[in-house]
Amino acid sequence: MAKELLKGNVAIAEAAVRAGCEAYFGYPITPQTELLEHMSKRMPELGRVFLQAESEVAAVNMVYGAASAGVRVMTSSSSPGISLMQEGFSYIAGSEVPAVVVDVMRGGPGLGNIQPSQADYNQVVKQAGHGDFHPIVLAPSTIQESIDMMVLSFDLAEKYRTLVFMVLDGAIGQMMEPAELPPMREMNEKRPSWALTGQSKRRLNGRLPDKNVVTSIHLGGDELNAFNEKLQAKLAQITANEVRYEESYIEDAEIIVVAFGTAGRVAGTAVKNLRQANVPVGLFRPITLWPFPEKRLAHLAERAKAFLVVEMNAGQMLHDVREAVGCQAPVEFLGRMGGLLPFTNDIEKEVQTIWRRSEVLALHQQN
Amino acid sequence: MVMLAPNQQQTEKLIYERPHSLEEVYTHYCPGCTHGIAHRLIAEVIDELDIQERTILVAPVGCAVFAYNYFAFDSAEAAHGRAPAMATGIKRVNPDSIVFTYQGDGDLASIGIAEAIHAASRGEQLTVIFINNAIYGMTGGQMAPTSLLGQVTTSSPTGRDAQATGQPMRIAEMMAGLPGVVYSVRRSLHDARHVIQAKQAIKTAFEAQMQGLGFSIVELLSSCPTNWGMSPADAVHWVRDEMIPVYPLGDYKVAEALQNKRGRN
Repeated sequence: MAKELLKGNVAIAEAAVRAGCEAYFGYPITPQTELLEHMSKRMPELGRVFLQAESEVAAVNMVYGAASAGVRVMTSSSSPGISLMQEGFSYIAGSEVPAVVVDVMRGGPGLGNIQPSQADYNQVVKQAGHGDFHPIVLAPSTIQESIDMMVLSFDLAEKYRTLVFMVLDGAIGQMMEPAELPPMREMNEKRPSWALTGQSKRRLNGRLPDKNVVTSIHLGGDELNAFNEKLQAKLAQITANEVRYEESYIEDAEIIVVAFGTAGRVAGTAVKNLRQANVPVGLFRPITLWPFPEKRLAHLAERAKAFLVVEMNAGQMLHDVREAVGCQAPVEFLGRMGGLLPFTNDIEKEVQTIWRRSEVLALHQQN
Repeated sequence: MVMLAPNQQQTEKLIYERPHSLEEVYTHYCPGCTHGIAHRLIAEVIDELDIQERTILVAPVGCAVFAYNYFAFDSAEAAHGRAPAMATGIKRVNPDSIVFTYQGDGDLASIGIAEAIHAASRGEQLTVIFINNAIYGMTGGQMAPTSLLGQVTTSSPTGRDAQATGQPMRIAEMMAGLPGVVYSVRRSLHDARHVIQAKQAIKTAFEAQMQGLGFSIVELLSSCPTNWGMSPADAVHWVRDEMIPVYPLGDYKVAEALQNKRGRN
C-alpha cells in the first residue's frame, strides 16, 4: 500500500478499523474529535458498532460492557475526558477484560486549553484509576508510528487481557503527514471462553456450559489479596516482555536526551543538529511509558555523563528517569507547558550548556 | 374418602419448584427484604420465556451487588450507576442476547440517572428492573432520591426536607416521557396479589425486548425492614400505606404492540 497524506486522528481511527476494532464508544472532545467522527462513518459502513455516548463516563462503561462480551473495543478522548473515564479504567483492570484507549492529550489543569501537551503522563502511566494496576502505555511520535501502534494496541490488549493506552499529544492528532495504512485484517469471529455471550453461544456437544461472570469485586481480604498478587504477576510478565524504546546516536553519547512523543521527535532533530556541531549527544525515546524502559536507562547511565529530560509538562516522566539513573549521573529537565512545543534551539542550547559544564568539570578533574 | 380404583395410577403433579434460572444457593438478603421475591419473579419469567441461555444480567452496586451469584446465567457487575451503559455495550455487540439491569434507587435514580435516561432515550433494547425501597440499603440506610418527605434516614436524621433535598423522584413517570421507552410501569411487592401483578409486568418488559420494541422498565416498590427499622410485616405495610400514595401503581407507558399483553393492572 502506498503512502497517503493523512491527518493523525483520522489515520489512527482508520488503523483501528483495519486492526479489526468491532465496537467504538466515545464522546466529542478537542483535539480528538476527528477520530470519533471518522468512526461514526466507517463503523456502520462495515456493519460494526459505533455509538456516541452521553458522556465519557458512559462511554468507558460501554467499552467495559463490550469488552466483557469479548469483542475488540476502543474509545478515544482527551485529557479532561480521560479524567472522567478513570472509574471505568479501574473496573476494566479489576475484571481483566481487554480494551484500547487513545488519549490525544491537551493542556491542563482544568479546561486548560486545546493545544498539544504531555501532562497526562501521571494520570495514565502512574494512576489510571483507583487500585494497583497499570495499563500498557504506548507513546508514538509520528503518524506512521501511531498507525502501527494502533494495531499493536489491540494485540497486546488481547494477549494480556489488559487495558492498553496509546497516548499522543494534540500535535500528532491534528497534523498531516504521509503515512501508510495497514491492510484490512480479518475479523476475529471467535469470542474468548470467558466472554459474556449468553450460554447458548458456548454450547459444546449440546452441553450447557457454566455461566460466565465478569466482575471486579472480591469481598474477602485474602481473596482480593490473591487477585492482586495475580494481577501483579501479570504486570511483571508484561514488564519482562513488552518494553519498547528507540535510540539514536546512543553508542558514544556522553549526554542523553530522554523524550517521548512529539517532544521526542523535536529532540531527535536537535540531537542531529548537535551531532553536526560535534557534541556527543544521543536520543533515548521511550515508546512504552509503562512498562518504562528503566533497565536500559540504568545501563546507559553507567557511562553517560548527563541526561536531559524534555517534556511538554512540568516534569512527569522526569521522575521515572531519575529513578532509573539514580546517582550515576545528573538528570536535567526542560519543560514546556500551556500547550507549547519545545523548540529544537531550546533543546540545543540546554544540551550545549550541560556539555560545556561537563567539559569544564572534566578539565578541573584532570588538573 | 375417595377410593382409588386399582388400575388408576396415582400421578404426581409438580406445582412449585426452584426456577432453573436461579442458583441453588442461599442469598445474603436480610429477612423480610423483597429482593428475594424480585429475583424469583425474574427467574420464573426467564424460565417461562425460555431465554435463560441467551440472557445476560448486569448487576448494580447496592444490596444486589451479588445478584450474579443467584441468577444462573451470564452476568456482569457494573460500576455504581453505570449498569445501563455497560448493558448498552454488551447488547450492542450481542444483539440477539437478552440483556437486563437490576438496579436500586441509589444506583439508578441518583448516581446513574444520566446513564439510565440516555439508555432509555436511545431506545436501547434493554430491560431494567428498578427496585425502589426509598433508601440506600448496602451503605446502611442513607437518604435516596426516592426517600419520602419526612422519612428519617441516617443522612436525614430529622426527616427528609423538601426545601433542602427536593421531592421524591418518580422514575416510572419520568421514563414514560421518553420516546425510546416502550414500557414503563410501577408495581409493588408488598402482598401476594401485587407480587403476581409484578411478575406479569416483568414478563411483558422482557417480551418487549424480545420483540425488539425498545427500552422497558419495571419499577418495583420494595421493602427494607433492616434500614427502615421495622419488622418485615410492618415494612410491607409501610410500602402499602406510605409508599404507594407517593408512588402510585400503574402503567405509565405501554406501547401499542404490547397493549394486548399481560401486565395491566
